[in-house]
Amino acid sequence: MTKPFWIRFVGNARVLIGLIWLALVIVGALAAPWIAPLDPFAISGQPFVRPLDGFAFGTDSLGRSVWSGLVHGARTTLLIAVIATLGAVAFGGLVGAVSGFYGGRTDNVLMRVTEFFQTIPSFIFAILLVAVLSPSATSVVIAIATVSWPPIARIVRGEVMSLRSREFVQAAVTLGEEDFVILFRQILPNALSPLIVTGSLLVATAILTESALSFLGLGAPNFMSWGFMIGAGRSFLRDAWWLVATPGIAILLTVLSINLVGEGLNDALNPRLRTP
Amino acid sequence: MRGMRLVRFILTRLLQAVPVVLGVVVLNFLLLQLAPGDAATVLAGEAGGAPAEYIEQLRARFGLDKPVLVQLGLYLKNILFLDLGFSFRNNSPVLGLILDRLWPTLLLMGATLVISVGGGVLLGVVAAIGVRTWRDHLISVAAVIAYATPLFWVGLMLILVFSIRLDWFPTSGMEDVVAFHEGWARVVDIAHHLVLPTITLSLFYLALYTRLMRATVLEQRGAEYATTARAKGLTERAITMRHVLRNALLPVVTMAGVQVGALLGGSVVVETVFAWPGLGQLAFQSLFARDFNLLLGIFFLSACLVVIVNIVVDVIYVLLDPRIRVGSST
Amino acid sequence: MTELPRAMTGPAPAGPADPVLQIRDLSVALPAWADRRLAVNAVSLTVGRGETLCVVGESGSGKSVMARSILRLLPEPHLRIVNGQVLLDGEDLALADDRRMRQIRGGRIAMVFQEPMVSLNPLMTIGRQIEEILEVHTDWGKAERRRRVVATFEDVRLPNPDFIVGAYPHELSGGQRQRVMIAMSLVLEPRLIIADEPTTALDVTTEAQVLTLLKELQQRHGTALLFITHNFGVVAEIADRVAVMRSGELVEYGAVGDVLTNPQHPYTRALIDAVPSLVPRRHPDAPAGSTAEPILTVRGLEKTYGRPSAGPAWLARLVPAIGKGGRGAVKAVDHVDLDIMRGSAVALVGESGSGKSTLARCLIGLEAADAGSALIAGDQIVGLSRSGWRPLRSRIQMVFQDPFASLNPRTRVGDIIARGAVLQGETPAAAMAQAHDLLKLVGLEAKAAERFPHEFSGGQRQRIGIARALAVKPDILIADEPVSALDVSVQKQVLDLLDDLRRRLGLTMLFITHDLRVAAHVCEQIVVLKGGRIVEQGSTAAIFADPQHEYTRMLLASVPGRDWQSRGRNDPVDRVT
Repeated sequence: MTKPFWIRFVGNARVLIGLIWLALVIVGALAAPWIAPLDPFAISGQPFVRPLDGFAFGTDSLGRSVWSGLVHGARTTLLIAVIATLGAVAFGGLVGAVSGFYGGRTDNVLMRVTEFFQTIPSFIFAILLVAVLSPSATSVVIAIATVSWPPIARIVRGEVMSLRSREFVQAAVTLGEEDFVILFRQILPNALSPLIVTGSLLVATAILTESALSFLGLGAPNFMSWGFMIGAGRSFLRDAWWLVATPGIAILLTVLSINLVGEGLNDALNPRLRTP
Repeated sequence: MRGMRLVRFILTRLLQAVPVVLGVVVLNFLLLQLAPGDAATVLAGEAGGAPAEYIEQLRARFGLDKPVLVQLGLYLKNILFLDLGFSFRNNSPVLGLILDRLWPTLLLMGATLVISVGGGVLLGVVAAIGVRTWRDHLISVAAVIAYATPLFWVGLMLILVFSIRLDWFPTSGMEDVVAFHEGWARVVDIAHHLVLPTITLSLFYLALYTRLMRATVLEQRGAEYATTARAKGLTERAITMRHVLRNALLPVVTMAGVQVGALLGGSVVVETVFAWPGLGQLAFQSLFARDFNLLLGIFFLSACLVVIVNIVVDVIYVLLDPRIRVGSST
Repeated sequence: MTELPRAMTGPAPAGPADPVLQIRDLSVALPAWADRRLAVNAVSLTVGRGETLCVVGESGSGKSVMARSILRLLPEPHLRIVNGQVLLDGEDLALADDRRMRQIRGGRIAMVFQEPMVSLNPLMTIGRQIEEILEVHTDWGKAERRRRVVATFEDVRLPNPDFIVGAYPHELSGGQRQRVMIAMSLVLEPRLIIADEPTTALDVTTEAQVLTLLKELQQRHGTALLFITHNFGVVAEIADRVAVMRSGELVEYGAVGDVLTNPQHPYTRALIDAVPSLVPRRHPDAPAGSTAEPILTVRGLEKTYGRPSAGPAWLARLVPAIGKGGRGAVKAVDHVDLDIMRGSAVALVGESGSGKSTLARCLIGLEAADAGSALIAGDQIVGLSRSGWRPLRSRIQMVFQDPFASLNPRTRVGDIIARGAVLQGETPAAAMAQAHDLLKLVGLEAKAAERFPHEFSGGQRQRIGIARALAVKPDILIADEPVSALDVSVQKQVLDLLDDLRRRLGLTMLFITHDLRVAAHVCEQIVVLKGGRIVEQGSTAAIFADPQHEYTRMLLASVPGRDWQSRGRNDPVDRVT
């Protein structure tokens, strides 16, 4: 029960498996030019080469290396997902903190806006945003961040609100502490763990959104990504199933790993709230 | 008495929905402003060669020579009269195009909601009752995996296995058009086409509700009122069925309401994969035709749809939970 | 075998003639990660027909675990019975199968829990929840079941039984809900009722009513009653015999008269001595600096809250349409006039909802009063902005209720205490030196400054909270229920510390409490609040001797065990004549 955080966290088998896969993906993404020197967009061989037949993962309809696509795709997907999540966490965190801290009318207005963004069909909105801004890495990041911040805002608001009424914060008020000092020194450090957990789980959602967008052809052009590979391979499903299967499995494993790690973080940060 | 108050509650909720709908309209307008070029060229479709007089007509309609606020007013007025404009690419009014595609989407969404909420509640309860048994482990592991799977990929894999390899289900479409089925045969045909898209769209939400239901049932079984029921001499089964289940349903109902918008987004992807002739596929097509007017219309109407479903969910919630006072007691 | 506690080595207390429940050598194991191995360690008890046995103990004593293990309601597998027998009319419940156990639960043994609101299913009508017992244990028809439920409601004197049958838990008051729980336990006339702190969540006047009701019903039906409590007042009120538990072990067991007046075990003696007397202390030497000059003058203070939302807050957040009523309002503070003299100690007394905490929060600037005026040493505080308040912060400070919520878990104790002085312009080094002195002043070691709050017990944290408040050298100290979250033995220490500090530092103290014993122990003045209004104020001695307002009389009459100390106990403190 009083085991240190790291032991509790890594000692969980699911977390360990997740961490190992994530480490592989991240290392692969960083080392892409060395471990997959072939340009993912270049024609490198015959089309529709089966896996293990000269190419580890085969080639696609144009003879491009699937392995190169997977490795370079990891780069794109991870980068976009992480940046979009950081944006969503920053914006949602700000909205939530202000809303929860000041309460009253500020809170009312901000929460109405948050509810609004939660109500509208977010994926359709993301499609619209990318379409209107014209597809690029930036517009994909903006679109994902724009549809992902509301849950962060809600969680941070809830935390800040409950901490705001906690007695140690009131004690700081009665000592005459400034608002921003209270917010940053008393409240936010104590609201950090739910923020970290939600943020990490949000990366998984962002990966799913990014791959769905690029599957529909709305991804960043000139960047190979897993969703794009599935979209490009779907027409050849009958004859070259591996073009669709392998990037899909990559997405599945990565999202799964992030979820496992995120939940492990949650259990390790809130040992008492663990469900059996 | 309660019925009257319920009606008043629904009316209040409808009233509260007005700002949301207006918000979507304003958002649409802002998106038009964001797009490169003026609204007329955007709406006419950048890629297509719309006739110059059509573009002029659009300019007049949107008052593009007038200040932005007047433009917004005109835009609002048009939409509030359900005048969503004309799709030049499809050569017909946007509203008609959308309404034609509405019911396949509703069918897909309805089937998905039933499967995912119903199945999720069932599986969640089964897992919670047998917590830490093989049933729980099987359900939990399956849920964790399904929760991480991209929808469109599941769809393609299902097509690969069940349509291409096994040939059990059709690969695409909503019905066999050349067969000219009628009556019952047509219903069966549509149901046959519905199976794979519904499974695809349901999988993620099934996993979501299963996990939520399992967690809340476990939590509620540890609640004090469950101990009271135990102290009354009830069997564990009776405690779960009579006391825990209804309490555990509340968060699931709330979540189902929150997820309606996402569900609609998911249907875009699924309809594209299965060529299901609904709103999602229409959205995909208009995207490639760069038919923004149609896309904005779809966004507007799907937001309205979400608002309506949310009100239905709120009503269900109120019926389940007596603590919520419906309307104001005077 | 464990050694018998000292108090029990003498002749065993005469058991009841007609035992209903016999517990022999009962041990319950805690999970491996707990700080001790057994929650209940070889406890033996007997409850007779028509008898009330009170099991007393502080938090962590294992009294609730013991009570729940009788009906095997423990959260297995974390807690499990490892040894002992539980005999109901001679039948060993430890050997009973699940089916037999279910027949006993509700039928032969019933339980009443602490918090009626969470012990009832919020989504089921009260009538259905009670009828359910009859469905499980009898083959009566619907009409017959309904008749019995209504009759039982009349028995526990619930008003309008026909309404309550169809009502949901949230539609009743706290006292009514606990009556419902008692009705639920009585409906099948069980042999034994186990009541686990059934009045702890209730206001004192409601508590008195519920205790009277329990006693009366028990006598009428001849039921055996096993009553778990931490409150010796309650013991004095209803017990026939008493069992005192500490750390899972039984330390003392005997007739109520013997245990209360002549406790054998030092722990029992310490616990009983720690209960503040209801007889007000005479305060012979007026503390230094006490004058007739008012330091706090309140006139016509008002605070109104909007109508609270229906349903719990998390619900309102999830379903936005809920609880946005807005109409109707609660006057939490209703035209309060109050003068506090420098150097005095004044108790603000009232039940929940009396407005005592809101009044204090208005005085310290945590809430903005709607109207009226409040002067601290001549300076107006009503209507002050946050920055306007800042120079006045050193005049008035607060000690909070919950020692586990009142210290930032991520800040070192030294920084927590020093911060106030730093904000008043002290250098960090000087403030830290002062914090070390303050820690010593409140009875902790100076090196506690280096540690984090979670390393301290509840009582120690409350001392840290006091040191934090004192760091800005306030004139007035508001203590908001500072001991109500603490165990009895720790309560006394903290109260004595506050009393001592107040005299040594010449503090003016405003003491918010629901507990008249606490008020009598530390305050020479008392202000009684009800529904946001002051109903009576004056010297504690005078009001306790001759309360003028009917509500004050009722409050005083409701204190459990009020006669016990004023009659039987040798109080070291002077009696008021």
